[in-house]
Amino acid sequence: MSAFNAIGDEREIDREEYTPGVEPQPTWCPGCGDFGVLKSLKQALPEVGRTPEETLVCTGIGCSGKLNSYLDTYGFHTIHGRSLPVARAAKLANDGLEVIAAGGDGDGYGIGGNHFIHTARENHDMTYIVFNNEIFGLTKGQTSPTSPKGHKSKTQPGGTAKTPIRPLSMSLTSGATYIARTAAVNPNQAKEIIAEAIEHDGFAHVDFLTQCPTWNKDARQYVPYIDVQESDDYDFDVTDRGEAAQMMHETEDVLNEGTVLTGRYYVDDESPSYQQEKKDLGRVPQEPLAERYFDDDAEWERSYDLLERHT
Amino acid sequence: MSDDELIWRIAGGSGDGIDSTSQNFAKALMRAGLHVFTHRHYPSRIRGGHTYVEIRASADEVQSRGDGYNFLLALGDSFARNPQEEAYYGNEEIKPLSENLDELREGGIIVYDEGLVSEEDVADLNLEERAEENDWHVFPMDLRGLAKEHGREVMRNTAGVGVTAALLDMDLEHIEDLMSDAMGGDVLESNLEILHEAYEIVNEEYEFEHDLRAPTGEHETEQALLSGSNAIAYGSIDEGCRFIAGYPMTPWTDVFTILSQNFPDMGGIAEQVEDEIAAAALAVGASHAGAKAMSGSSGGGFALMSEPLGLAEMTETPIVLLESMRAGPSTGMPTKPEQGDLEFVLYTSQGDSSRVVFAPATIEECYEQTRLAFHIAYEYQIPAIIIYDQKLSGENTNVPVEFFDREPNPDLGSTLTEEELKEAAHDASGKFHRFAYEHESGAENGVSPRSLPGQKGGRYLATGNEHSPVGHISEDPDNRVYQMSRRIQKLDHIREELDEEHDSNQTYFGDESADFGIITWGSSQGAVAEAVDRLNENGHSVKAVGVSDMMPFPETEMVEFLESVDEAMVVEMNATAQFRGLIQKELGRYGEKMTSLLKYNGNPFEPAEVVESAEINLNGGEEEPSAQVHIEPAAGD
Ligand SMILES: Cc1ncc(C[n+]2csc(CCOP(=O)(O)OP(=O)(O)O)c2C)c(N)n1
Ligand code: SF4
Ligand SMILES: [Mg+2]
Repeated sequence: MSAFNAIGDEREIDREEYTPGVEPQPTWCPGCGDFGVLKSLKQALPEVGRTPEETLVCTGIGCSGKLNSYLDTYGFHTIHGRSLPVARAAKLANDGLEVIAAGGDGDGYGIGGNHFIHTARENHDMTYIVFNNEIFGLTKGQTSPTSPKGHKSKTQPGGTAKTPIRPLSMSLTSGATYIARTAAVNPNQAKEIIAEAIEHDGFAHVDFLTQCPTWNKDARQYVPYIDVQESDDYDFDVTDRGEAAQMMHETEDVLNEGTVLTGRYYVDDESPSYQQEKKDLGRVPQEPLAERYFDDDAEWERSYDLLERHT
Repeated sequence: MSDDELIWRIAGGSGDGIDSTSQNFAKALMRAGLHVFTHRHYPSRIRGGHTYVEIRASADEVQSRGDGYNFLLALGDSFARNPQEEAYYGNEEIKPLSENLDELREGGIIVYDEGLVSEEDVADLNLEERAEENDWHVFPMDLRGLAKEHGREVMRNTAGVGVTAALLDMDLEHIEDLMSDAMGGDVLESNLEILHEAYEIVNEEYEFEHDLRAPTGEHETEQALLSGSNAIAYGSIDEGCRFIAGYPMTPWTDVFTILSQNFPDMGGIAEQVEDEIAAAALAVGASHAGAKAMSGSSGGGFALMSEPLGLAEMTETPIVLLESMRAGPSTGMPTKPEQGDLEFVLYTSQGDSSRVVFAPATIEECYEQTRLAFHIAYEYQIPAIIIYDQKLSGENTNVPVEFFDREPNPDLGSTLTEEELKEAAHDASGKFHRFAYEHESGAENGVSPRSLPGQKGGRYLATGNEHSPVGHISEDPDNRVYQMSRRIQKLDHIREELDEEHDSNQTYFGDESADFGIITWGSSQGAVAEAVDRLNENGHSVKAVGVSDMMPFPETEMVEFLESVDEAMVVEMNATAQFRGLIQKELGRYGEKMTSLLKYNGNPFEPAEVVESAEINLNGGEEEPSAQVHIEPAAGD
C-alpha cells in the first residue's frame, strides 16, 4: 500500500485543475512570454496524464519563478539559482513524483550554472525549463548571461563586452539527454516539446524563449520563428551528437542576428537516467525512500549492528 | 593526574600509517581492560609533515588528552625526502623525535628508529644529556631494518608496537588478534614475525631501568572504540536518516564518508554533489519529499549553505546540518581544532534566525544529541545543527557496546498521512493549509503539520517568500506577523520540551557549593572536567558546567549556575570569547562576573592549562599564564 496515492492515479484530468483558486490570474506584465510556459504546461500535463498532486514544480527566483504560484501542483519556490538541487533530491527521495524545475536565464545559466552543468551531467530523470528572455526581468532589466554582446542596460551602460552563453551547447556537453528550444510565440510546438520533455526518461532541458516586453523592448518578440524539424533548410539527426552540436552552434549564432530557430536538437533515449543507473548498482533503494517511513513493517537497521568493527 | 597512566605518542610522517597503527594499539589497550582516549595532531598534507597520535590509557575513565605524555615512539619521517632531488627537507627526518621532546614527562621512554634517523642528527639533539636531566630512558632500535628483514619497510610500525609492548610488559595477545582481523596471508605472517622479533629483542638485549608499565584494568562490559564522527553518523542512522548530501571538507568529511559507506546498504542515499550550496539544497529537497535528510560541512562549506539554511527556516523544512569547526578565518588551519564558528552558525543567513544548535562534548553526547537534533527538527519543522570540531571529530574513546543497544526512531515527526489530510483545513480550491494559523491546525506548539508531494489532498506551495496558509506569496502585515511569530516561537516551545521532557544536555562537575565556576562548551569540556577534579584535589572549591544547548539557550540552567557563584571563567577555543558573548546577550547580565580563558593556537586545551588559569583567577588574576592561552578579564575590570 502506498502512502502517496496521487502517484500513478489514472483518471481524466481537466486543464482547469491546474489553475489555482487564489490568484488565478498571473501578475506577469501583459504580453510577457512567461504566460506561454504556463499555458504549455497546463496543456501538456493532462495530455501526458500527470495529475496536479503527483507533480512537483520547483522554481528559482525571478519573474519566471512565479510559475508555480499560478500552476496548482505541489510546488517549491526555492531561492535564486537553486531549483535544480532541490528538485533532483525530491526525485531521489520519491521517484514516483513527476519533477519539473524551472527558472530564468539568470537563475539557471548564471547564478545556478554550476547546478545546471552537474544536474545535466548526472542525467536526473526530470524536466528543466529555462525561461530565456535574455534579461534579468524581476530586478528590472539588467544584462543577463544570454543577453547579446553589446547589450546596454543600467548596469552595463557601455554595452556588455561579453558574448552570450550558449545554453544548448552547454547542455549537450554537460550531458543532458533531451535538449530543445521553443518559444512562447509558438504555442503548439511549445506544448509538444514540453510533453516530450516530461515523458523523457532523463534530464530534459528546454530553453524556452520568453519575450520580456517590459525590459527588452527593442529586442525580441521571437517572431518569425523557424522550426528546424519542419523547415527544409535544415537537415540533421537529433540522435547524432556531432550533428546536434553543429545545429545548436548555428542556432545560438543566428539568434543574435534575428533568426529564431527552434525545435528538438538532441534526443538520447538510450542512456539510463541517474536514478536507474544507481538502482542497477544497488546504490539507491528500489522502492521510493519516502514510502519506507510510512511502512509499519519496515525493518530499520541499527548502528548497534555495526559495532563489531569498533570492538 | 593519575600516576598510573600511559600516554603513548606515536610520531612520524603523515602517510606513514600512524592512524591505523595507533587505532589498533588503542583497541588492544581497550581490550586489555583500559579506558582510552586518542588525540591526533596532523598537518594538512597527504604525505610528509610531522604528525602524531597520542593514546592515553588508564584504569580509570579518561575524558581528555593529558598534560604531556610519557612514551614516545618516534618512527622518523620516511616521507621527508623530496623524491625528485634525493634531498631532505631540512632535517625533517628526525622531527618526529626532535619535535616531541619538550612535552615528554620526566621518567618517560623514548624509542626511535635508528634505521631511519642518522647518528649525527641524534647527536645534534643532545639527547644523552637531556635524557640524563629528565630521567628519560632511550631505546634506539633499527625498526626499519627489522621490518625489511622479515617483510617490507612499511612494517616498521609493527616493529615499533612490538618494542612498545615489550617495554611496557604487555601481553601480545590482543595485538595479534587485531592484526589477524585486519590482514591475512603473507602480510599477516610477516607482521607477526616482526612483532615477535621486536618483542624478543627488547626482552633479551635491553636492560629495563624504567618504571613505566602498561596500567592494568578491567571492563565490566564489552567496549567499542569510536570517534565523535562515528557517533554522529550512528545517531543519524538510528534516527532513521537515510539521505546525506555533501562535498568533502576536513574535518566534516569523516561523517560524510562513514554515511556514504553505510547508507547504500541500508536503503539510503548518499550524494556527493557539486558544492555545498547544492548539498544543503539537496537535503532540503529530500526532506521536502519525505526523507529524513542531512548535510554538513566545515566553516567554508557551511558558509555556502547559508541561503539554503534560511530557506529551510522559512519553508519550515526539517533538516539536520553538521558544522565541524576547524581553525579560521578563511581556509585557516584545516587540520586544527577551534571553536570559532559559534556566532556564525547561530546567525548566518538573512533575517531573524530560527534554528536549533547543539554542541556535544563527548562521544556519547555526539550520538544522543544527533538523535535529539533529528527528533526536534522533524517534530518542529526547523533546521537543527550539530556544531562540533576537528578535535571531537577525530578523537576516539571507548564506550560500552550496550550504550548503542536502542530502538531506532524513523518517525517523520509532524507529517500527516493522507487519511489525516482529509480532516485538515483546505482553502476553497482544495489547497491544503500547510502553514495554518494556530486555531486551525490545533497545534499549540507553533507547528503546522505538513503534507508531502504525491499525497492526495496535500497540495500547497512551499516558498522562501513570506506566505499565506496555503503557501501563496503574501505581504499582508497581519499574515506576516502571525507567520513570523509562529516560526520564531517554536524555539520557546522547543526550550520547554528540552527542559521538561529530556535530561539536560548540560553537564555539571565539581563541588556544588563552590563559589568559583568554570563554564565551557562543546569539546573543551573534557579538559575542564579533569581540571576541576585536580583543582578540588589541590584544595580549591570549584564547579563547572559544560553547555551543549547553544540555541535555544538554556536560560534557567545558566542563571542558576551563574547566581550560585561569585565568579565564573568561560573556557573556549577561540580568540573573541564568543560563548561568553552569547551568555551575556541571552541573559543580559553577568558581564562583571565572567572572565575568559581563550586558546587559539590550533591545539586543544590541556587540563593543566585550565588548572593554572583557574588558580591565577582564584589568586586575584594578576599573573600571566605560562602556556599559550589568554586570560580576558570580566567586563568593568
Ligand atoms: C542570491 C540572490 N542574488 C540576487 C537576487 C536578486 N534577483 C532576483 S531575480 C534576479 C534575476 C532574475 O533574472 P532571471 O533569472 O533571468 O529571471 P527573470 O526575472 O528574467 O524571469 C536577481 C538578480 C536574489 N534574489 N538572490
Ligand atoms: S518584467 Fe518582463 S519577464 Fe517580468 S513579467 Fe514583465 S514582461 Fe515578463
Ligand atoms: Mg531572465
